[in-house]
Amino acid sequence: MIFQTPILALLLVSALASAVALWSGWFALRVLRHWNLASGSREQLQLERATELVSTLFRFVMLAELAALVLFVFNADRMAPLFVGAMCAVGTLSANDWGFPALYLKIAVFFAASVWLMLDRADRLGHDYPLTRLKYGAILAIAPLVVASAAVQLTYFLNLETDVITSCCSKVFTAANDGIASEMTGMDPARALWLLAGAGLAVALAGTVSLWRGRGHGVFALAGAAFFLVALVAIVSVISLYIYDHPNHHCPFCILKPDYGYVGYALYLPLFVATALAVGAGSLRPFAQVESLKAVLPAVLRRQVMQALVGFAIFGVVVIWSIASSRLILFG
Amino acid sequence: MTPAFRRQRALADYTLAALARRRGKNIGLVVIYALVVFVVASALLFSSALRHEADTVLAEAPELIVQNLAMGRHDMIKGDVIDDLAAIRGVTRVEGRLWGYFYDSVNGANYTLMVPLDPDRVLAPGEAMIGEGVPRVRGMFWETAPLFLSRYSGDLVRFDVVERISSESALVSTDLILLNEADFRDFFGLPGGVYTDIAVTVRNSREIETIMSKASALLPEARFITRDDISRTYQKLFSWREGIMVALAAAALLAFAIFAAEKASGLSAEEAREIGILKAVGWNMTDVIAMKLWEGALISAGAFLIGTLAGYLHVFTFQAGLFAPILKGWSVIYPDFALTPRFDGVQIAALFLITVLPYTAATLVPVWRVAAADPDQVMR
Repeated sequence: MIFQTPILALLLVSALASAVALWSGWFALRVLRHWNLASGSREQLQLERATELVSTLFRFVMLAELAALVLFVFNADRMAPLFVGAMCAVGTLSANDWGFPALYLKIAVFFAASVWLMLDRADRLGHDYPLTRLKYGAILAIAPLVVASAAVQLTYFLNLETDVITSCCSKVFTAANDGIASEMTGMDPARALWLLAGAGLAVALAGTVSLWRGRGHGVFALAGAAFFLVALVAIVSVISLYIYDHPNHHCPFCILKPDYGYVGYALYLPLFVATALAVGAGSLRPFAQVESLKAVLPAVLRRQVMQALVGFAIFGVVVIWSIASSRLILFG
Repeated sequence: MTPAFRRQRALADYTLAALARRRGKNIGLVVIYALVVFVVASALLFSSALRHEADTVLAEAPELIVQNLAMGRHDMIKGDVIDDLAAIRGVTRVEGRLWGYFYDSVNGANYTLMVPLDPDRVLAPGEAMIGEGVPRVRGMFWETAPLFLSRYSGDLVRFDVVERISSESALVSTDLILLNEADFRDFFGLPGGVYTDIAVTVRNSREIETIMSKASALLPEARFITRDDISRTYQKLFSWREGIMVALAAAALLAFAIFAAEKASGLSAEEAREIGILKAVGWNMTDVIAMKLWEGALISAGAFLIGTLAGYLHVFTFQAGLFAPILKGWSVIYPDFALTPRFDGVQIAALFLITVLPYTAATLVPVWRVAAADPDQVMR
């Protein structure tokens, strides 16, 4: 099944990403061993020049991976009619055992890539490249993830057979099954909404505090991550119901379909971007103390927190809008 | 305006001016790049339009078709099963269909002969309706010319053409000849009470699976084909052809990537001097890389737009004259049909990744090599 243009594009991205990740990993080992900014040796000069290439390449590949995540989901949704029993991306992804792992790995790469991109930007702000070692240490951690994601994705597409009968989302997302999907489905709608509101409040509070006092970004990052998880649960448990105007259809993928005005993208994109920004802000905060970043990093963090808050707010507005415009009455 | 934004704007401004200074060389690059995009874009747009067309046509098809099998081959089905099928709950209509193929030895074309089920198209004996392709291959220029069909030498059957079916539905009707039921049976020597297959209309499409399992208990030997099966086959077929085209174009893409890498690493004396001067006046490696990335982005954007637009025009205005034989399939009597223009977000995203990514990847390393060189070394 790999002779489909979107699949070829995805494979191309992941092949390039793996090649760059492996090469950057090898280079990262050299940096970790020999990096010494005080030295004027030939090797250090070469390393300094090559870091520019590696970060440009890695940045470019990570951006491509971010685009690939959206394309992967979009394509899975579009391929659903090819599978017997599939109605949305869930059917395509569960057509064999590798679909959902491929998606989860892609999401993990997305978050790792975005945090790395922020780290890279912060590093460039300081005149003495204060975070270089850390940045390349992070590459060593990300490279295996990128390669694993490429391998799982390739396995998934190679084993994709259209004549197997797969599961429809209405079978996967029911409270009757075992597993995490049904746990999420089974949560009481009222409780899910209260949790979401609480998490939203926590994010807003933590964000305001960190904007005001210039501290507490770690708490903000934690709150953001928690909000992300609660939001996913809430989408499955209650928000999807409002979008479908249906008390029993819980699928978190059907909302991406044109039938519902692509409202899923309006929910997921701000949520993912805001979470990445929040987590990034939390991981950058410790370096605001570094001598060469003292002057610039706090302003960057401030902007980043603000952008994250805007993203979460957009998510909130879309949620409220889809509840308000729905004809479904769940309470009262 | 933030300083970062101002910096990027200045870089873009400078890059555009620099590109304009080497107009000939850059136009050549954009043309070749656009050509590669054009090939892939045409394949994508054309097959996506064909898939759409197939879906539109199939929307009118019955939900379920029942065929009789004998020795694993399609055989005529007896009319008495119609009542059994109609008794299944959820089935709204069951009709026996009569259709067959006729090889015209005059011109080597195959016609589809059929008895219309549509009550508006009931035909009297001796009458026929024909699709737009039949008069075309038969040279029947005279509007009311009768149709003569010859089954073997010395045989001639005459039908009066009462209507030529409009070309709006050409995709399905181009080779069609509609006949009266008695004429049809007579023409093919078919006994009464048998049909080619049986069309079952189902009210709720979600019940098809259940209805199929009930029907297969009634008719264990029969073959059941759902509309979704047919649609799926078309989708797969066209996607696969498109994928093969794109995979073939990969060779061109690779050649182009090598060309671009070569071009980016082999600097002209003038360009080298320019970078040397830039570095001498204080640009650092990051600035030069950013400038070169802007150059790549502008060239990519230009080539992508031109190539996609040209592909769009090629497919929807010129009926994909260059690739149609590969993607459409072929036949003596091929329908003339206009494709409905449509853009598909996934396709465009895939097209962008497939064409722009190799170019960028191929030029990044040479760009860095140029930017990292010492000013005196580049200028020398």
